[in-house]
Amino acid sequence: MTQFLSLLLNGLSLGALYALIALGFVIIFKASEVVSFMHGSLLLLGAFLIARLHDRLGFWPAVLVGVLVTALVALLVERLLINRLRGAPVISLAILTIGVDLIMLTELTRRIGSDILNVGHPWGGGTFSIGSVGISDNRALAILVAAVLIALFFAAFRFSDWGVAMRAAAEDGEAAALMGIRLGRVSALAWTVAGVLAAVAGLFLVGAPTPGVTPGIGATALRAFPAAILGGLDSTGGALVGGLVVGVAESLAAGYQDQIAFLGRGFGDVVPYVVMVAVLLVRPSGLFGTRELTRV
Amino acid sequence: MSDTRTAPVSEIVAPGPQPARGRRGRLLRVLPYLLALLVLLALPLYVEEFWLRTGFAIAGAVVGAIGLNLLVGTTGQLSLAHAFFLAVGAITYAYTSGEPGGTATKISGLGLPPLVGMVLGVLVAGLAGLLFSPIAARLRGIYLGVASLGLVFIGQHLLNTWTSVTGGFNGRTTPQFSVPGFTFGSTDPELTVLGVPFGPSERLWYLGLVMAALAYWFAANLLRSRPGRALQTLRDSEVAAAVMGVNVQGYKARVFLVSSMYAGLAGVLFALSVGSVAPESFSLVVSVQFLAMIVLGGLGSVGGAAAGAAFVTALPLVFQQYAGSLPLVAEPGQPGVVASQAAAFLYGLAVVLVVLFEPAGLAGLLRKVRRPARSGARGTPVPSTPPAQAE
Repeated sequence: MTQFLSLLLNGLSLGALYALIALGFVIIFKASEVVSFMHGSLLLLGAFLIARLHDRLGFWPAVLVGVLVTALVALLVERLLINRLRGAPVISLAILTIGVDLIMLTELTRRIGSDILNVGHPWGGGTFSIGSVGISDNRALAILVAAVLIALFFAAFRFSDWGVAMRAAAEDGEAAALMGIRLGRVSALAWTVAGVLAAVAGLFLVGAPTPGVTPGIGATALRAFPAAILGGLDSTGGALVGGLVVGVAESLAAGYQDQIAFLGRGFGDVVPYVVMVAVLLVRPSGLFGTRELTRV
Repeated sequence: MSDTRTAPVSEIVAPGPQPARGRRGRLLRVLPYLLALLVLLALPLYVEEFWLRTGFAIAGAVVGAIGLNLLVGTTGQLSLAHAFFLAVGAITYAYTSGEPGGTATKISGLGLPPLVGMVLGVLVAGLAGLLFSPIAARLRGIYLGVASLGLVFIGQHLLNTWTSVTGGFNGRTTPQFSVPGFTFGSTDPELTVLGVPFGPSERLWYLGLVMAALAYWFAANLLRSRPGRALQTLRDSEVAAAVMGVNVQGYKARVFLVSSMYAGLAGVLFALSVGSVAPESFSLVVSVQFLAMIVLGGLGSVGGAAAGAAFVTALPLVFQQYAGSLPLVAEPGQPGVVASQAAAFLYGLAVVLVVLFEPAGLAGLLRKVRRPARSGARGTPVPSTPPAQAE
């Protein structure tokens, strides 16, 4: 039972991080109809900058710089590339982000090499326990920060002008533009927010129990894809639920891998994709996604 | 539909004697292809082994790229799973034609003739595609793209853990290809043409050429046929296609099947070209490379896919071979940008630029260059080539 609770708690914290990344996917998709395949390298960029700068600047300034630069890169991609191609087929835009991802990932992988960069979290690698259920300080903090960020995000999405503009733009871009909503600005802000969320998720993903920044962290970000798809690509609530489901499933599969050894070692890493394929078989638009209806 | 494009103005302006001009026009159109074929056939007599090896690698990529292009370019279904189907083809070949063995880990194999292995590789890859197609047929564009991403990771897991078949993390060697009476991996029987001894590289070159030509021919014909038109309609509008009587789900499933069979053959050729199959050869990077190929070449164009495949495949190999004499590329072990990274930068950048400025890719550029020149200079009608067809 203790093991189960501990796995559940760790799964929830991992899921909260996935939810942060998945929220980024979802708002980008809602605002500019783009599926961003470059989130892996964005996240890696944030973590890499923090790891490289924390010696020189101190931890908190490094975090600030890392998050801001990541957001800036996301903003630049939107301004320089995506914004020019408004109305292009979704697939072309997705391929464009794959191209950008390829360039960024190659450069970051080259710079990191075979090292494991330490991020130097001030909270270190200690653990924190409630009764007999333990979780690393890093992951416990991740739950808190993710919860605050997600709450802030949903509040902004619901009440702020940007949130209203964003929902209007997602509902019907043309009508929103006619009502005086500046679609370009909505989309730029969405990309910036997604960049911030990715960098913050990166900061916690490279902490304990993960050893540090390796190029493989980018692949972890890709596991947030199943989370976003599972919930429905155009549903923010779905991203949250999807993230938690994927995180818990992954954590349980990794924790009980001796019991499911017939599926092979390291099965936890592919669980998100298995869950996603299973859900898509039943509901092709995800759990909470809008079903596409066509009127002729 | 793209193929209803009207005849260009020049035809109306300058009508000439129909049959004579038609024959000459056809000859002029076929001539460049014949010349190219002749050059390709004669190449092994002149160039060194490195280029023949590169050529065989390109041939495998051409097959795979044409297959992916049918799915992504022609039908508009984004798939990142190509690496998975490549792996299925390659592993099936290595398993059915390979001998059991292995020292540390036991690897099994059926030891069937390589030709049977190749056919089975294609069929099993097709079967894998068919198994996935219930999902593929129900999902649209971007959802399919992400769902297919899952297949790559599931495939990686299988490759790493199903050791008895795949050889696990270190992979397994691939048996050499042969047809009864003729081997491609050695010099049995001895063969000398015009004083040039035909070793494995020369033989594989011709094998690759035949396979790539067959793949090209089949795809070009498919696109010109009724199913090809149906697939293009499907890309432009699923509703319109359904209204015209196209079985949307059926066609989506079938194009997925064909595309994965292409990938299976490409996987077999890849395995032959590298000599071994290991999980890292079939990672997400490979899927991305194939996407880059078809985007660079021009979505929907068979010839474009082939050109893109040649570019993306040859780039890292050439960089590696000539690392010493290229300014920005570092030799292996030196600090700086190594060949594979330089190539990744270059085609990553090329993909971004193509999507930004020339969405029709190389094929589109070629059409732009050719069309005004032809209709202006000779007044002959331009063969009405729909944008999404074989060029």
